[in-house]
Formats: sequence, C-alpha cells, structure tokens
Amino acid sequence: MKNIFAKLGMILPFLGLIFVFLIFTGLIAAFEPDSLSRFLSMRNMQTVLMQTTIVGIGALGMTFVIISGGIDLSVGSIIALATVVTASVMNLGALGTYGNDWAVSGFWVFIGCISAIVAAALCGLVTGVISTKGKIVPFIVTLGMMQVVRGIAKWIGKNEMVRTPDNALQTFMDPVHTTLFFAPGVYILLFLTISTFLVLKYTVFGRYTYAIGSSENTARLCGIAVSRYRIIIYTLCGAFTGVAGVMQYATLGSGSPTEAVGLELDIIAAVVIGGGSLDGGEGSALGTIIGALMLQVLRSGCVMLGVPSYIQEIILGSIIVAAAAIDRLKHKKAKK
Amino acid sequence: MLSPIFRAQGVHKHFGPVHALKGVDLDIYPGEVHALIGENGAGKSTLMKVLSGAHLPSEGQLFMIGEEFIPSDPQHARESGIAMIYQELTLAPHLTIEENICLGMEQSFINKNFAAKIQDALDMLGQDHLSPNTKVSTLPIGTRQLVEIARAIVNDAKIVILDEPTSSLSTADTKALFKVMNKLRDQGVALVYISHFLEEVQEISDRYTILRDGQSCGSGMIEDITVQRIIELMVGRSMDDMYPRMGHEITEEILSVSNLAGSPLPKNVSFKLHKGEILGIFGLVGAGRSEAMRVLFGLDPMESGQIKMLGKTYKSMSPAKSLKNGLDFLSEDRKAEGLAQGMSIAINTTLSSVKGVFINLKDELKLAGTWAIKMRTKCHSVEDPISSLSGGNQQKVALARMMYHNSQILILDEPTRGIDVGSKSEIYAFIQELAQEGKSIIVISSYLPELQGVCDSLAVMYRGNLSPVRKIEDWDEHTIMEYATTGTNQEESA
Repeated sequence: MKNIFAKLGMILPFLGLIFVFLIFTGLIAAFEPDSLSRFLSMRNMQTVLMQTTIVGIGALGMTFVIISGGIDLSVGSIIALATVVTASVMNLGALGTYGNDWAVSGFWVFIGCISAIVAAALCGLVTGVISTKGKIVPFIVTLGMMQVVRGIAKWIGKNEMVRTPDNALQTFMDPVHTTLFFAPGVYILLFLTISTFLVLKYTVFGRYTYAIGSSENTARLCGIAVSRYRIIIYTLCGAFTGVAGVMQYATLGSGSPTEAVGLELDIIAAVVIGGGSLDGGEGSALGTIIGALMLQVLRSGCVMLGVPSYIQEIILGSIIVAAAAIDRLKHKKAKK
Repeated sequence: MLSPIFRAQGVHKHFGPVHALKGVDLDIYPGEVHALIGENGAGKSTLMKVLSGAHLPSEGQLFMIGEEFIPSDPQHARESGIAMIYQELTLAPHLTIEENICLGMEQSFINKNFAAKIQDALDMLGQDHLSPNTKVSTLPIGTRQLVEIARAIVNDAKIVILDEPTSSLSTADTKALFKVMNKLRDQGVALVYISHFLEEVQEISDRYTILRDGQSCGSGMIEDITVQRIIELMVGRSMDDMYPRMGHEITEEILSVSNLAGSPLPKNVSFKLHKGEILGIFGLVGAGRSEAMRVLFGLDPMESGQIKMLGKTYKSMSPAKSLKNGLDFLSEDRKAEGLAQGMSIAINTTLSSVKGVFINLKDELKLAGTWAIKMRTKCHSVEDPISSLSGGNQQKVALARMMYHNSQILILDEPTRGIDVGSKSEIYAFIQELAQEGKSIIVISSYLPELQGVCDSLAVMYRGNLSPVRKIEDWDEHTIMEYATTGTNQEESA
C-alpha cells in the first residue's frame, strides 16, 4: 500500500499538470470557444515555454536549497540585480552614445552575463556563510538579503532602468525563433533541467544535498561537512538565479532594479508544487519544472478566459496550499 | 491469605499494528513490594500506563479490590488510589512542595488542613526539616523523589508505582528510599517497583512478576528465585544464548585518550583501547558517557586533551577526520541522528562511504542488498525508507553502514536501546564477530547485564570523569554501582 502511494508521489505533479491543462481546455471550450484554438496552438505552447524559463531556471536552483532543508527569499531581488549588472557591465564596453551609433560587441555582452551570474552567486555565498557560520535561520537571513540586494540593484542602476545597445541576447526570449523554433532561453532551461536531474540523482553532491535536508545530524555523523555543503548549495542557487536574471534582461531588453518583485514566491511555489518538501530531503528537477509549467499554463489559461488578475492570484495561492497539503498527506500515509 | 488489592487479567494492548502487550496477568497484594522486571521494551512502561489510566487496554480486565476497574484517564486512576512515580521526575521546580502536590487537584486549595497533611507526610518520610512552602528547585534529586512520594501519601494512594526510581540516585539516597518503601509497606500500601538492578530487587521486594515480549512469564516469591533464573526468564533463553562469547585475541594498543574534556562534559577522560578489545562504558544518566564519545568522534568540540589513534596524534576531531582515520560512531538516537529516516535503506547503508563525484546506483542497490542479507535485516526492498523498519532492523542498517565503511575502532552508543530481544542477541553476536576480526569496540550502555555479558573490560563514568579501565571479571555489580554513584570505590580505598 505505502509503496503505491510513494510511487504515486513521483507522478503526482505530472498528473496535476495534465489536470490543469484539461480543466482549462474544458473551461475555454465552454466559455470562450473562440479562444480555444489559440490556447491549443503551437504558438501558445512556445509562449508558455518561454514564459516558464525565468521561473523555471530560478526554481531549479531553489530545488537544491529546498532539498537541503533551506529556503531563499532573496531570489527575486537577485534576478533584478542580475539584470542591472548584465546591462551595466555590457555598457562599459559599449561604443558610441545613446542614439548615436550606440553598439556593443558580443564579447561584452558575454562579459555582462558572466558578471551577472558571478554577482548572483556571490549573493548566495553571503547567504550561505551568514546562515551557517552565524547559525541564523535562512528564512531570516534571506529576508534581509531580499532587501539588501534590492537596494544594491537600485544603487548600481541609479534607481532607474539601465538601457543598453541592441544586441543578440535580447532575442533569447522571443517566443518564436526562426531557426531554433523555441526561444533560445527554453534550450537553456532544458539543459539546466537535465543537468540538475543528473547532479541530484547520480552525483555524491546530489546525495549529500538530500542527506543534509533529510537529517542534518545523520549527515554530520556520516562525515559530511554540512556547513561547507550548505554554502555551496546557496552559492549554486545564486548562480542559477543569475542565469534567470540574464533571461529576465533578455525579456526586458534592459536592466531594471524594480523588476521581479515577489517572483521568489512563484519560484518557491514551483518547487513545492513539484513535490519539494520545505522540511527538506525531497524534491526533484523534473517535479520542479512541471511545477513551473503548471503555474504558467494556469496563468495563460486565466488570461484566455479573461479571469481578472486578482482571481488568478487567489487560484495560485490555493494551489500552493493544496500542493503542500497533498505533500503532508503523502507523508502521513508513508509513515503508517 | 489476603485477596489482591489489584489484579490484571489477560491484558492486551495494540498500538496500530504493534502488539505491545500480549496477555499480562498481575496480582498485587496490599502491604507488599512487588517487583516488575523485564528488559527494555518488554512492555513494562506500557503496562504501567494502562494501570495509571493513560492507555485503555485493548483486551483483558482490571480489578481493584475485587471490583472491575476501568480507569478512564490518569485523574481517575489517581482518585482511585493509584499513584505513579516516574523515572523522570514530574515536579515543577519553581513551585513549592505544596503547590506541586496540589497540582491537578486545585479544588482542594480551600482545604486548610492540607498543609498540615503535607507536613505529616513529609515527617513520615523523615523529611521533617522541610516545610510545604519549600521551593522544589532548592531540593536535591533524591529528596525530590520523596516529594513525589509525599504526593502519593497525601492522595491516600493504595498502590504506588515506582518506575526505575533508583536509576539516578546515589547509594545513600537509595537506602533512604528503601526505608521509606518499607514504612509504606508496613502501613499496608502496595508498592510496584520497576527496576533492572536485580540486586536491589532482591533486597527490597517481596514478590516479582517478569515480563518478556509483552507477556508475563513468571511470578512468585522473590526468595524462591535466583538472579540467574530471573535473567533467563527476562531474556527467554539461557545466558549463553543471549550473550554469546567468541574467543578473540586482544593485542596491541591502538587508541590512547588522555585528559579528554568537552564543554560542559566530559571533564576528564583517559583510557587505552587495544586491537580486538570490547570495552564497556557504564554510567548513570547524565554522567557524560555519550558526551565523552561524541567529543572523541568529533561531533562535539574538544576543549582539551589528546587522542593518539593508529599512530597519529590529534588535538581536535571532526566526524570526517575520524571516519577517514579509522574511527566510527553508532548514535544512541536512531530517529534524529543515527539514520536519515526518510531516506532509503540503500542510501543509509552507503552514506558514510560515498566519496568522489559519481554514484553508481546499480552497484549501490546490489551492495545494500548484500548487507541486508548478511545482517538479516527484514525488509521488502532496500529502496524502502528507514522509517518503514522496526527498531531492531533499523539498528542493523546503522551497523551495516559501519561495517561497510570498515573502520578499525567502533563506538556503539546504546546499541540495543529500544529493540526486541531477538535483534539484541543478534547484535551481541555481531559485536563478538567484529572483535574476532580484530576490530576494537567501545560499547556504551546504561544496562549493566548487557555490558557484563558482552565486554572484555569496563570503565565507569561519574560526573564527567572516567574510572580506570579494569577487566570485566574484576568488577561486580556492587563496585560498579558504587563508582557510578559516588565516583569512588570504598572497598579499594579502605
């Protein structure tokens, strides 16, 4: 009995995604039949995938943190910081001035991306060091970091949008790509999903991440340097968030310190819907991506149905709580 | 012959699938000390919880003074004259004696005679220097226990149940407690005395009932039975079967600990360990046995001292360092530390040994399967979570992890706590096999017969200090308890 339930737990998020998709197909067919072909169109799939990219990449990083029993509330701010750093660093290498042959080389765009990822990873490093060495719960540390990083982003961006010359990166999040079919960002998401899956399942690092989240004391007893691995995990989460931030820049076409407010909640929700447990020890790359996709299908469906955004928020919140409740139920069954 | 004041007949208790009591008969007469004896996990505590109204029996009947008695809750049992004195004292330290005694029966506060009644009880217990207004926090632990007994007297208890009352008392306090117990017996109170210190049981009890695996398996007059026979009834097999002895060679010294100290415990621990030796460490709760070994293994910081292990000298330790250099540790707390409960048997088996970058999951499953067979771990699949296993099988996984990692020195902290008798004797056999292979083993236990049955040598912890190590045959129950409660050995110093 318990085996069936545990196995079912693995595919629950997937069933949820299909369920949400079918519900919306049904609802749209019933109430907005004109929009149905649009909802089911390839074009819409491409858009949904593109829109999943930022939350999806952030959520993959968050998956490591949540499996290890931690949390990071600062990722929304880190995404904003990453857009600003990408833009500002790239502008250092820009030629000409705004409106006057303003241009930037691919090299400097690349440097901008790398700088953003490094800056984001540093934020994670700071969180990791403070929470392990200072023995402060990560909820509080990252709540603080959320403010601090947002402040730094505004500081670097002088509290306004950072415009950049036109460049190829800005096409990474165009929903329809002429040669690649999907937006380039979607392939980055795919690559990171597979990597995360492999790392979590087949490497010692992944094993330690699960062990630390499942029982920190046992991990310590088995000779795992818990603090060091926690720091690495937060840094890694920062780096993933940095990549998400670069994708955010690609979407906006500029750096924006006020972007992605509250996005940490979507990111955490994606992990939890995908089977991640805030008690640690559980979660998976595939579950997380399915969670992120579900959120996006929900949004897209609501838009087609003409559901006002406040109702969307209520639905979204309810789904997060329901996912957590299902998780509880799963555990209860497994125990007995 | 008197009729029993209390009788239990065919009591069963189920907790979900667990069958904790499988038919217990118990007769208690007024004016007797009735010893209830059994291994850890034999069902003593469950039985006492049934008597004191905390659990309802699933089957069977209880009689009080000839009438059927169904305690609905602890309050009801107390009002019916059953008083329970727990191992962990249940007094609120910042309240006075009177306030503590009145807790849970507040309506009695209006009774002016109450203070006088408490004073009478204290006088009877030989504590006439105490007043009902004394704060409990100012009393030493032995006296606090007497306050609990005073509570029972004030409540006119007819049956007083004492659960391991002497496990944290000094010899002098134990003597004082026995005096009080004798006095209560003379007044016609029935006392149920739970203990695994068998010499004490012989000294104080009139009759006994032995529990094994949730069943009563013997009762009678204490003078008609030997300690040897009691143990055999408790473990359900002869001593030789329970504690198999396999010849093993004790050779060169491989671990030397000098003046090890942690904060706040241990204070000063020095000992030497040899290849093939099984060293037992005994001590009362709070003496710092586990703490000493945790500092040695590196789980807790080392304040001072020096460790010489397999030719290297250490001033500080960490679990990673210990595991790398030949020292492994079995935690006493399987749930929160020993094993990652939510993870699979396979993952727990290899957790201290996985190194490098990649894991071969196929090999891991095969290996875990091999160990499960070798350790006779009962499980459906090695991919099942640890939490699906019984305590004994969980412990086997923890031992498999140690044996797979293959350290030279193994510290086992309470290796048989909370597991069934069958698994216990299997674990004792594993320990012997390990010594035969030339491993060195340190066993910490608060259960003396186990240490006497398993170890080659023994040292006793008292308030953070470790006694000299002596051969097991040079100790006896008396000298061990003497050291554990006073830190000295009077016979030796006399």
